Amino acid sequence: MTTSTVTAPPSDAAPRKDAVPDPARARLRRRLIRWGFVAPAVLFMLLFFGYPLVRNVVMSFQHYTPKTFFTGEAPFNGADNWSSVLQDALFGKALWHTLVFTAGSLLGQFCIGLALAVFFNRRFPLNGVLRSLILLPWLVPMVVSGIVWRRILDQDTGVLNTFLDTLGLGGHTPWLTSPGMALLSVILVNIWIGIPFNMVILYGGLQEIPKELYEAASLDGASAWRAFRSVTLPMLKPVITVVLVLGFMSTVKILDLILALTDGGPADATQTLGTLTYQNSFVELDFGAGAVVGNVLILISAVFAVFYLRANRTEGK
Amino acid sequence: MTAHPPVAARRPRPGGRARRAVTSLAAAAALLASAALTGCAEQRDDGVYTVLNSSTDETYHRWDAEAMARCGKRLGVTVEQQSVPASQVMTKALRMASSKSLPDVVQFDASEMPVFAEAGGLVDLRTLGLSTDHVPDGIVDFGSYRGTYYGAARSVNTLALFYNKDVLAEAGVRTPATWDELRQAARELTRGKRYGLALSAGGAEDGVFQFTPFMWSNGGDERELDSPEVVEALDFWKALLKDGSLSRSTVNWTQADVNDQFMAGNAAMMINGPWQVETLNSDPDLDWGIAEIPVPEAGADSVAPLGGAVLTVPRTGDEDRQRMAGRIVACLTGEKEQLTYALNSWMVPADERAAAQWRARVPELDALADQVAAARSRTAQVGAGWPAVSLALQSAFQSALTGQSSEAALKRAQQRATSGN
Repeated sequence: MTTSTVTAPPSDAAPRKDAVPDPARARLRRRLIRWGFVAPAVLFMLLFFGYPLVRNVVMSFQHYTPKTFFTGEAPFNGADNWSSVLQDALFGKALWHTLVFTAGSLLGQFCIGLALAVFFNRRFPLNGVLRSLILLPWLVPMVVSGIVWRRILDQDTGVLNTFLDTLGLGGHTPWLTSPGMALLSVILVNIWIGIPFNMVILYGGLQEIPKELYEAASLDGASAWRAFRSVTLPMLKPVITVVLVLGFMSTVKILDLILALTDGGPADATQTLGTLTYQNSFVELDFGAGAVVGNVLILISAVFAVFYLRANRTEGK
Repeated sequence: MTAHPPVAARRPRPGGRARRAVTSLAAAAALLASAALTGCAEQRDDGVYTVLNSSTDETYHRWDAEAMARCGKRLGVTVEQQSVPASQVMTKALRMASSKSLPDVVQFDASEMPVFAEAGGLVDLRTLGLSTDHVPDGIVDFGSYRGTYYGAARSVNTLALFYNKDVLAEAGVRTPATWDELRQAARELTRGKRYGLALSAGGAEDGVFQFTPFMWSNGGDERELDSPEVVEALDFWKALLKDGSLSRSTVNWTQADVNDQFMAGNAAMMINGPWQVETLNSDPDLDWGIAEIPVPEAGADSVAPLGGAVLTVPRTGDEDRQRMAGRIVACLTGEKEQLTYALNSWMVPADERAAAQWRARVPELDALADQVAAARSRTAQVGAGWPAVSLALQSAFQSALTGQSSEAALKRAQQRATSGN
């Protein structure tokens, strides 16, 4: 590695009488210095990202059970874990739920977040106060929101149904108790949680857009909608990419919210890849199967990361 | 951990600022590596013994601390407890096993113990001199895996039917003893916002625990989930739901939620366990009673699940420490400590002599003591396969309660439970 070559420099480094430095050596040294600065980051990545990633891939080909913790032995079993997980009907269901959950959450969070950001971009009294109040859902720990929402959404005694009932709007909606509704309810709660993040980042992006552009647009006779479409959206594009990619990464791996709201139920209606890998690894203690699902999650995220990098690169040109 | 002086920094070389930067980076890397290595080997302290348990509640933590202090004093050692949430005991213990830093005693939920035992992680308690002379056979089985006694219980719990005496008296309903009576009573007690019965059919072990008394009392078995007896039991739950005697939220409730509903007056009866008694008694206006869980036919045995934790001695490789750990377990599960613990926690002592004294002291929980005597362990038949059965069963009763036929749901559950093994 680079560090070892530096700590033991070649012995001919000692005589430094000649004032003219060797250009090749100087270049080598410059390169070493550059690597020296990169090394901590590389080391960190290898240790905390590379190793677990590789380990997880290897584990998905092993028969990894509680016994392994004692013996340290995890015999390889080929693609057994993969075939058993992929053939399990629950996996397909969980994959589908994950996609619906992610798409639905992002769509809702982004649209409402953007609308609020545009709204708060104007000057009006109490703007700052309201804006900070909207941040609250973001500050509440996910598990706490989950537990509170579980109570709010209770079919008989929940606040929401009681409220709907007093309005004469039925009030018997089985939010979390019907397999047909539960996924939607979980998505709605996640939208509520994600709005502040989207709003804050997009609001920051809006503040960056020069006011002159809007003035020019209005001089050209552009309507508010036209200005939004032709000025705001294009100028906001880099920020939108960041918001959506970050949102995607944190939504696709959702676990805590679902565990707190429904535990993956009723009847596996809210089982996602996140809950499935948790269940495989930490309830059934079949770590090989859990690793398979984990790898699929990583793969999905990786594909999106590639898109993100692509988008950034074209942005830079 | 000892701080190693960074090797590279000890011999400074002339080489300008840049080289110094690089050497210090190397030094940092060396430090990091040595820290990572020394972190693994945890030195055990002579005379200090640790117990890993799930007593994260203040009361339980305090009761355990007091019991451990008494036992430590008697044995001349210090006993410390390390408490993590119940769902994390197994994974924590496994991690500790792989880093060779297992505690001296681990308190497992009895349904999890077989997994650790099968992995070869536990010491046979009989070889450590623990006696089972005064422990009923059912509770010895409860702490055993494949005939070896690995786990000593201090107390056990089970499920029973709790009912609101005032509500039942007002409606003129007798405590139900059979399924028909239960269905009838629940229907009569359902009034306005109040449901006749509350139980947990949540997607976790709670729901499975609550389903077992219905399955077992009807002659069902966890090895054959698609048998007619299990289907019938699930159909009975479905009927209660269809009658409107159970809330539709049942599929989303934990046992703690069920207790909340009962205490709030939203349910006239509930299926729950003695660990709720402390909370129930916090409301002086609530006059509750307790009965055995109703059975399919009059005269049939009410078979409820045995619940609770067992104290185990993991294989740490140090025989002397294991022997002392055995003595600590023996002390904690001794007659006197059991009685103290049971009176605190409202659970039934495992030891026969302690249980007899407990009955005299807590006559209102007599029904519970009877239920325990006939109760069954969840892992007696399937052992380490229980988690797979439990997951399959959860999915099945949730599907059935939300519209599917019991038969189809249980057929799939049986396939799922057996495909994993």
